[in-house]
Amino acid sequence: MKRVYMDHAATTPVDPIVAEHMMHCLTEVWGNPSSVHSFGREARRVLEESREMVARLVGARSNEIIFTSSGTEADNLALLGVARRLARKGRHIITSTIEHHAVLHTCEYLEASGYEITYLGVDRTGLVDPEDFRRALRPDTILASIMLANNEVGTIQPISEMAAASREAGVIFHTDAVQAMGSLEVKVDDLGVDLLSLSAHKIYGPKGVGALYIRKGVRLEPLVFGGGQERQLRPGTENVTGIAGLGMAASLAARQRASRVQRIQSLRDMLERGIKERIPGVTLNGSPDRRLPGLLNVTIQGVEGESILMNLDLKGVAASGGSACAAGSLEASHVLLAMGFSRDDARGAIRFSLGADNTTEDVERVLQVLPPIVERLRRMRQGAGYGY
Amino acid sequence: MVTERFGQGTRVVVAMSGGVDSSVAAALLVRQGYEVIGVTMQIWEAQDPLEEAREGGCCSLSAVADARRVADLLGIPYYVANMRGVFGREVIDYFVEEYTQGRTPNPCIACNQKVKFEALLHKASELEADLLATGHYVRLSYDESRARYTLRRARDLQKDQSYVLARLLFPLGEYTKNEVRVLAAELGLPVAGKPDSQEICFVDEGRHGEFVAERRPDAVQPGPIIDASGRVLGRHRGLSYYTVGQRRGLGIAAPYPLYVIRLDPERNALIVGPEIQTFAPGMRVAKLNMVALETLHPGTQAEVQIRYRARPVPASITPDNPGSVLVRFKEPQKGVTPGQAAVFYQGDLVLAGGIIQEPIWE
Repeated sequence: MKRVYMDHAATTPVDPIVAEHMMHCLTEVWGNPSSVHSFGREARRVLEESREMVARLVGARSNEIIFTSSGTEADNLALLGVARRLARKGRHIITSTIEHHAVLHTCEYLEASGYEITYLGVDRTGLVDPEDFRRALRPDTILASIMLANNEVGTIQPISEMAAASREAGVIFHTDAVQAMGSLEVKVDDLGVDLLSLSAHKIYGPKGVGALYIRKGVRLEPLVFGGGQERQLRPGTENVTGIAGLGMAASLAARQRASRVQRIQSLRDMLERGIKERIPGVTLNGSPDRRLPGLLNVTIQGVEGESILMNLDLKGVAASGGSACAAGSLEASHVLLAMGFSRDDARGAIRFSLGADNTTEDVERVLQVLPPIVERLRRMRQGAGYGY
Repeated sequence: MVTERFGQGTRVVVAMSGGVDSSVAAALLVRQGYEVIGVTMQIWEAQDPLEEAREGGCCSLSAVADARRVADLLGIPYYVANMRGVFGREVIDYFVEEYTQGRTPNPCIACNQKVKFEALLHKASELEADLLATGHYVRLSYDESRARYTLRRARDLQKDQSYVLARLLFPLGEYTKNEVRVLAAELGLPVAGKPDSQEICFVDEGRHGEFVAERRPDAVQPGPIIDASGRVLGRHRGLSYYTVGQRRGLGIAAPYPLYVIRLDPERNALIVGPEIQTFAPGMRVAKLNMVALETLHPGTQAEVQIRYRARPVPASITPDNPGSVLVRFKEPQKGVTPGQAAVFYQGDLVLAGGIIQEPIWE
């Protein structure tokens, strides 16, 4: 059975060029970048080249990039790092209800440690209102964190507007760009952000490596202590192979983004049209226009998303829905609930996220297998007359 | 090697708990040529991830991890199905409600009926599976002479609807527990040495009173402990903390050991007495599931099991109101507990089952 992968928002396949570069570094460049000898220098060179490529991708200087183990760690370093550094200045932080859990759960932790968090709500399409943001700013606000594009519905936030308001108020602005990276043109100066998180595995790089952009002059407390690596903000001998993969992925993203995105978006639109034509009772979740090009989140009325996903998987089609809990079962998405969905509607949502490796045949395959599944499940659900 | 009921490649969903029984059941079905899909029902809040998972608990993270490893080893698709809604309504709510009514419920039976053999069976249909298999030690067969499916040696399953039985598969019916452990080891299953689950999966051992009190503080109030003559002997903490036949934890000094005879929710009273008073000559059983028969004839002789792991005892059964029967034991029985299941056997054939309503004292 030929499998179709449409879950690129969860993770992307590793680009063969990235894999090749990583394999080279893994076997040939195994020195410690901190060493004074030639082995160390070779590793240092890979490290700094990667930093340069990541910096270029986001329009930053290379000394503004800190490598981390993940997007989650980058988010944690940004939030906890600023909050702890500026605790004496103020203890108010602004974020939104649709952030990734890497941000939300960190905020909840800060809340329990004596910080005050304002969670901005969103409209039905998942958009934060910049006016709400302005009104939430206070004299004791030290940090704001709003994601660039949402990972579940793909809604793109008006970050530059909010970041400008933030700067005017002297508040540090962080954006989680993990999902947007590779799909959108992301330049830190255009956005006006002070901190930005990204992750390698969402841009055809490896898992286990991310980066935090830290605007020159912004000071953070580290989360871990050790040697002097990563300007003492992230000590520990560097994951040179992973970082090499991130660097190569960033370099490919910078060069190929425009052409990739155009293709992905036209496939996504084809899938969206096809689903709407073939299946009645389908509604689009998120914003029709302010949306990531590869993302399609729909609610299929009267069917549980979980059952659709299992059936798609049995046909070799990989999609997703909601957010998986630790055990792996689906929970109603906190993003859709924040957007005003009922629990039932939220549990009927499924997400297709397309990527560079998808083809027209993939879309046709989904359009071939999905409608009969939905029809069958709807028939059965009417017969059974109960939900879970 | 597939049984005559279904052909090679028949799709079957196995309810996998991560324990040794359902793991071996899945392995046997794979070996017999079925197309097997493993499903673990997530039925309860995931525990605090830092907390040690309860040994044998059926929806802890480690249980899911075990089931996943087994499915991976067998090379079958595996899913975790979210059944928290139906479990909350049909099992937890029922469990709490029964306790507030002075009964001692068996939540595993409610779970089997409403969750496993209803919601999960529905899930199996959604996955286009003809069959649902579990790790119960039950033999299911079609009895031509009775023109219905019959169960043998069932211990915790009562179902009459033959359309449900027709879709169930119990691969362990011909094995003993020890054989299953040996099989698990032979098959190289990572769960071969796992201990059996014993307690109710969502309540810590001996904590059911607290569990009910947390959810229905209004219904768990201290009240009098009285004897059969109405004499007040002490105070109880709330009826949900007690069960019929209980001896420990009454906190009363008496010349002879006192046992819980009855819970009286009307008066919020706990009725206690000497051991002799805990023996009842009969009981009324309702919510009947007629497994092997259409009807029970008055005076049907059978063996009756009145609680988990008790030995079946001889009794005579007579229909009472529709859907309810009067049971008269050959010898009076101790600890006839309202809310618990009663199962009627003839030999190893399951005749019927039901829920104990009340003991009958004369």
